[in-house]
Amino acid sequence: MKNWGFKIPDSRTLDLDKEDLKLYNKIVEKVPSARRCIMCGMCSATCSAANHTNFNFRLVHHKFRMGMFESLASELDKCMLCGKCRMLCPRGVNTRAVIYNMRIILDNMYYKNI
Amino acid sequence: MEEFTKKYWKDYQKEIADDNFYYERSCIRQSFFPGSEAAFLKILRDILGKNIIDDPNQHTCTGIGYHSDIVPFDTTMTVVARIFSLMKDHGVNNFIPSCVTSFGIFNEVVETWNHSPEEYEKTKLFLKQATGRDFEIPQNISHASDIIYKYRKELKEKMPYRLVNRNTGKPLRVVEHIGCHYSKLFAKKSEGGMEFPKVLVGMIEEWGGEVIDYPERRHCCGFGFRQYLVMANRGYSVANTKKKFESMQPYKPDFIVANCPGCTMFMDRWQYTIAEMEGKTYDDNKMGIPVLTYEEMAGLLLGFNPWDLGLQLHQVQVEPLLDKIGIPYDPKDKYVGKSGNFLGEPEKPENLVTVYGK
Amino acid sequence: MENKKTVLVIGAGPAGISAAKSLANDNISVTVLEKEDTFGGNINNWAKLFPNFKDAGEVKSSLIQNFVNNQNIKIVYNKKVTELKKHNQKWIANTSDGEVFESDAAILSTGFKVFDAQYKEELGYGIYPNVITSVEFEKMYKNGKILTVQGSVPKKIAFLNCVGSRDEKVGNHYCSRICCIAAVKQAIEFKELYPQSEAFIFYMDIRMAGQFYEELYRKSQEKHGVVYIRGRISETSSTIDKKVQIKAEDTLAATPLRMTVDMLVLMIGVEASKSTTILSKQNNIDGPYGFAKSKDIHTADNYSNENGLFLAGSCKRPLTLTETIADGKSAAISVVEYLKQTK
Repeated sequence: MKNWGFKIPDSRTLDLDKEDLKLYNKIVEKVPSARRCIMCGMCSATCSAANHTNFNFRLVHHKFRMGMFESLASELDKCMLCGKCRMLCPRGVNTRAVIYNMRIILDNMYYKNI
Repeated sequence: MEEFTKKYWKDYQKEIADDNFYYERSCIRQSFFPGSEAAFLKILRDILGKNIIDDPNQHTCTGIGYHSDIVPFDTTMTVVARIFSLMKDHGVNNFIPSCVTSFGIFNEVVETWNHSPEEYEKTKLFLKQATGRDFEIPQNISHASDIIYKYRKELKEKMPYRLVNRNTGKPLRVVEHIGCHYSKLFAKKSEGGMEFPKVLVGMIEEWGGEVIDYPERRHCCGFGFRQYLVMANRGYSVANTKKKFESMQPYKPDFIVANCPGCTMFMDRWQYTIAEMEGKTYDDNKMGIPVLTYEEMAGLLLGFNPWDLGLQLHQVQVEPLLDKIGIPYDPKDKYVGKSGNFLGEPEKPENLVTVYGK
Repeated sequence: MENKKTVLVIGAGPAGISAAKSLANDNISVTVLEKEDTFGGNINNWAKLFPNFKDAGEVKSSLIQNFVNNQNIKIVYNKKVTELKKHNQKWIANTSDGEVFESDAAILSTGFKVFDAQYKEELGYGIYPNVITSVEFEKMYKNGKILTVQGSVPKKIAFLNCVGSRDEKVGNHYCSRICCIAAVKQAIEFKELYPQSEAFIFYMDIRMAGQFYEELYRKSQEKHGVVYIRGRISETSSTIDKKVQIKAEDTLAATPLRMTVDMLVLMIGVEASKSTTILSKQNNIDGPYGFAKSKDIHTADNYSNENGLFLAGSCKRPLTLTETIADGKSAAISVVEYLKQTK
């Protein structure tokens, strides 16, 4: 194959036909309140971890929902499970349980065979 | 599908002039698809009997420089004014750019003058100071493809061939691609509007072909000026074209036709690039999907010699398409120059299958 | 009997019906001019109503009680008012078939029309048959089935809000107010019919400004798993198997998005009806976007700047059915006030 000094990048378009949206149902089974999230960001605003890392629960939750799993596992490691976000959530989402269950699923996906 | 589409098309019918044209050639087409403009002039003069000026004094519209942020707009307006002043010398006032980028430039400049008379006055002054010349705004600016579209029925009567597969009797399946600056700058200046331009569809359907409506039909060809001018960025350009190929592949198109120099060029050449970089082709025979300009398409159907149309300069080989339509050609003449001498064959690609170099 | 006062009501939609009934109750003689051959206006387009899924037919039935057989109300169908003018303290309405009606006051209750989705060319309405409007969804739902043109149950359906609303490109800067909640309602209806299918709503803002709207939105997420994607669809096209491919941005993740759905429902917005625009222009009470302009939005919302010409319902702006019915009554009170003064 030839090399002219440039690469053909893959599309960064999120293809919802390919992504596995069903995986989110596993979270919902364990934490039904997760579905109520309206992405207001109150959780990320109060997050202690967000003070010293770029952790963003709102975004991580959203990406999981939309099937964007890449690099999520390491993102979730930044959470300290303090539960402060859960105190504030206006839709009563059990945020801590959402994180906990996302970790389990992602660990199974990415770390199982290590 | 078509009923409503036709309704839209009714809303976007532009006025296309019918005679006494000034032809503005494209900068890049004469080297990439060298027979196209000659074929256009031949069609207009010899078949339609029109008066069209092909002026050796003409020059660039600055399009590529302008869209690459090299040429400022004041300069572009003045350069465009000079072209209009050349047209005035010839006593015609219907302007036909060959290039879609130029078509966009001329319309943008004229619209600017219409909306901001002070810019018009400024340009008049600049041109006078720089060249001592005066100019007039053309009465009509139509793209060259508009003209072929307008006379598609008349041309059909003169055509010995149709866009039909000779072996199966079925219409050829055609992907059409419209240059962005044809309709996306000013939808009203296009035939059919921005989303569903009719200019190529009209030709294809009139001449017996079937238009493929694939998901990425309206996506950019990948030209994009700055993206390909800088070598390191070229991947972005290819990625866009690749997206289109992937989307059209399941429909098994017989060929692609475009009305813009850049689109034709990249949809043809990037097939080679993708094949050589990644080994991928988008047809069943690893030969690629042939890409034609609309003049080449018209010329072929009118019975012009494929090698006079410059089809040997295409990256993707056109012979399989010629065989499908039933157009005769002499393979021995393919690489024979105007002088009658054999010019040699191009280098053979690693992955893309070609007719030559067996 | 003394000389009865007379009022012309133009349009027999919910606002007109509600106004006419109240006026008749005050022993005023009302003539209702309706351009169609039946009453009800846009309510006829709906199967069930938000936020409580009440049958639109039932609501219509209770609305027309004391309307159809009221001795103070004369309903004239197939009468399109082409001109409405004040002459010697009387209101004169000319209809397209040359008839003339006269009264002491007039109520404009000419309502709205839905946005013609063909203007949003990039959405492919009218080109791709599985792109439908919210009104067409209602019609299908009335018949008990939501099916693609191929006759199959959609496995994936998407709803797009703000089609023809909040869009400078079609000249409508305003919010149509009813589409967000209608999308929530229709998504729930769809999921109740086909629990195995998936429903997506593309939104810009979710505007749930009505009682029980927010609760319905919450229910659609929690109970029905409707997925909300923040972003406007920029383009639709057809796939090889005649599904609809859509492009949008997932603005919450800042990522361009592409997906294929079996059916796309365009939540078309509310525009002033033709009669609204024409008749308000004739009387110099036309407001923005061709709607009629009230005298004061806070204190005299049923009055127009033309003495004796009153406004009821969605000829003024997009309103919900609840608001429209109340506004009809409110207009009737204003008319009564006016007639008392002009004895």
